[in-house]
Amino acid sequence: MGGANGATFRGGAGVDHAANGFDPRTLLREFDYGTVSTENGRTVRDWTIRAEDRDIEVAPGVVFPAWTFNGSIPGPTLRATAGDLMRVRFVNDSEHPHTMHFHGIHPADMDGVPMVGRGIISPGEEFTYVFDAEPFGLHLYHCHVGPLAEHIARGMYGTFIVDPPGGRPPADEMIMVQHGYNTTFDGEGNQLYAVNGIPFVYMNDPIQVRRGELVRIYLVNILEYDPINSFHLHGNFFDYYPTGTRLEPSEFTDTVIQAQGQRGICEIRFPYPGKFMFHAHKSEFADLGWMGFFDVVDGAES
Amino acid sequence: MSTTEESRDAEVPRNPDARVDAEGPKSRAGTRTGGSGRVPLWVLVVGLVAVLVAALGGLAAYGGQTLPERLGPPVEELAVERTVIAPGSIELVLRNTGPDPVAVAQVFVNDSYVDFTGADEPIGRLAADTLVLNYPWQDGQPYTVSMLTSTGLVIEHVVDAAVATPEPGFEFLGLMALVGTYVGVLPVLLGMLVLPILRRTSGRVVRVLLALTVGLLAYLALDALLEGLELAALSGGAFGGPVLVFLGAGLAFLALTTIDKVLAGRRPDERDAGSAGMRLAVMIAIGIGLHNLGEGLVIGSAYAVGELALGAALIVGFAAHNTTEGLAIVAPLTTRRPSLWSLVGLGLIAGAPAILGAVIGASVDNAGLSALLFGVGVGAIVQVIIQIVPGLRDRTSGRLLDPATLGGLGAGVVIMYLTGLLVAA
Repeated sequence: MGGANGATFRGGAGVDHAANGFDPRTLLREFDYGTVSTENGRTVRDWTIRAEDRDIEVAPGVVFPAWTFNGSIPGPTLRATAGDLMRVRFVNDSEHPHTMHFHGIHPADMDGVPMVGRGIISPGEEFTYVFDAEPFGLHLYHCHVGPLAEHIARGMYGTFIVDPPGGRPPADEMIMVQHGYNTTFDGEGNQLYAVNGIPFVYMNDPIQVRRGELVRIYLVNILEYDPINSFHLHGNFFDYYPTGTRLEPSEFTDTVIQAQGQRGICEIRFPYPGKFMFHAHKSEFADLGWMGFFDVVDGAES
Repeated sequence: MSTTEESRDAEVPRNPDARVDAEGPKSRAGTRTGGSGRVPLWVLVVGLVAVLVAALGGLAAYGGQTLPERLGPPVEELAVERTVIAPGSIELVLRNTGPDPVAVAQVFVNDSYVDFTGADEPIGRLAADTLVLNYPWQDGQPYTVSMLTSTGLVIEHVVDAAVATPEPGFEFLGLMALVGTYVGVLPVLLGMLVLPILRRTSGRVVRVLLALTVGLLAYLALDALLEGLELAALSGGAFGGPVLVFLGAGLAFLALTTIDKVLAGRRPDERDAGSAGMRLAVMIAIGIGLHNLGEGLVIGSAYAVGELALGAALIVGFAAHNTTEGLAIVAPLTTRRPSLWSLVGLGLIAGAPAILGAVIGASVDNAGLSALLFGVGVGAIVQVIIQIVPGLRDRTSGRLLDPATLGGLGAGVVIMYLTGLLVAA
C-alpha cells in the first residue's frame, strides 16, 4: 500500500482492538436484541447502556479521548421488532452530563433532551427510557447535551433497528456507521474518517460475503463537522431503502449520499467473486480512512 | 533619583577627580578585604563556588517540586529544517523545538494518509529525525504535509511548489559557485571601475558618494534584518529564533570593531588619510562581503527547494543591485593609488562570500543557521556605517548633514530599493 496504491496508515498498520475494547470487524455483524420478556402479551426488550469516558486508539499511535456508549464507537446496535416495548436503562458512568436521544416516535418526556422530561442525566445518575418500537426502519440514538457537536464528535452515537412485522427476507446483515474524528478539537472538519470506529479496518481485513447471497447493509451517517457523506460500491449496484421505513426500494444505484442523521438500507447480491472496494465517494474522506473491501467468495449460491 | 544620577553623570567629564571620588568607597572596601589577610582569596572563591553549587543543587532537587505539575496537554512543536523532494517521495528533516517529546503517529499529504518511514520513536526536545513519505507528488504543485501526533495534534508543513531537490554533487556546487561569482564578485569589481572618475572629483562629491554608500548599506542592513527575522521564524525558535539574528549582529559588530582597532594599531606611522581610507575600504568590503554571504544563502537555499528560477533577469537584477556595492568600496580610496591587486583583493573580500553562501545555502538549508548568518551581515554593515559617518562631515563648515549628503543618503536608499525590485527571488 501507499504511494500510487492509495492511502494507508504507516506500514499498513492497524490499531490494538483488544486494548480499545471493541473490534469493528465483529461490531459489523453484532445486533443486540436485549433481554426479552413478555408483559401483558407484549414483547418487552431491556438493555443497559453505560456512558463511559475512554481513551481510544483511533489510528495507530493516535489516542482520542472519547465519550462512549458501552465503551465502543459507535455504541451497540439495538434491535427490536415493530410494536415491541423498548426499555433502555441509561447509566452515566462518565464524568460529564449526558442523555440518550432516540430517533423514532415517542412521547416528549422520553426524548432525551435537556429541560424536557428527566432532561440531563448527571454523572453517577441513571434513567430508563421507555418507548414503543416504531416506526419500523433504521434509526439513530445519540447524546443530546450541549455543546451538541462535541458530544457527538466525541463518539456518543449508535443505531437501533426496528424490524417490520414479519421481518425482512433472510440476508447476511451488517451495520455500517459512517463517522469521523476531529483529533485537534478545533471543530474544523476531521482528521480521520471511519466506518464502525476505526479507519481503513476493512482495507486490511476485507468483509467476507458470499457470491449470490443477499447482503443487507444498514447504512448510517452520523458524521460531525462535515455536512454530507456518501457511500459508493465498486462493480455492483444495490437497492436502496431510505430510512428503511418502506419495503419498496427507492433507487437501484451504486452511490448514495446522506446528510448527518440520514440513514438507509442497501441490499446487494454480488454476481462476481473477488475484491470490491467500497468507500465514501467524497474522495477526501476515503483517503482519510473511510474505505474498505468486500471479498466475495464462492459458497452457498442461492 | 534620576536627578542625582544625571548630576553625577554630568560631573564625570567635567572634573576627572569626581570619578575617583565616586570609586573611592569601592576601592576602600577592596583594600579592607585584602587587608584582613587572614583568609586567602582562593579560599573565599572556593567557598563561594561551593555555596553556589549547593544552593543551585538544592533548588534543582527540591525547589522544582514546589511548582505544581503543568496543566493542560503537552506542548508539541516540530520545525521542518529541510525538505528533500525525490521521485515518488518527500523527505522532511524534523526538529522538536518544543518542551515535550513529540511522537509522529501518522502523516497525511493533501488530505490523504501516506506510508512513511522514520521517527519510530518520539522525538525528544531539540532532537532531530527524518521522515520519508511515499507520495506521488507532481511537478510544481503545492503540498500540505500534516503530521498527526500521538495526542491527535496536527502539525502542518507547506511545500509551496514541489520540484525535485537537486543532488548536492560536484556539478551542483560548481553551478552555485558560478552563480555566486555572477551575482557577487563580478558586479562588485564592475562597480569599482568608477574609481578613476572619483579621483578627479572634489571632496564634496566624495562626501556625497560616501553618504550614498551609507544609504545603500542602511538599506542592505534593514533588508538583511527582515530576511533574517523571517528565516528565524521558520526555524521554530528552539535555538533562539529572532535572538539568533541579533546575536549574530552583535558578535559580528564586536569582531569587526576589534579587527578595525588591530588594523589601526599596527600602523601608527602611516596615519595619513590614504591609509585610513584603505582601512575603511577593507572594512566596507568585509561588511558587504558578510552581507553577500547572506544573499548567497538565500539564492542557494531557494534553488535547493526549487523556489528559484535561475533566469537571466535574476542574474542581471542581482548584478545591478550589487554593482553599487563596488562603488561603496572605492569611495574612501579617492586620495590614494591602490595597486590593481589590492583592488581585486577588495572585490573578492566583498564578492566571494556570495559563492560560499550559495554553496552553504544549497547544501545545508537550515533556517536557524541562516538566520544567524544574516545577523552577522547586519552587524557587519552597522559597524561599517559607524566607520563611514565621520567621513561625511564637511571639514570647512563642520556640519555632518548638509543637503548634499542628505541627498546622497536618500539616493542610496532609493537605488537599493529600485535595483532590489529587479530581483524577484
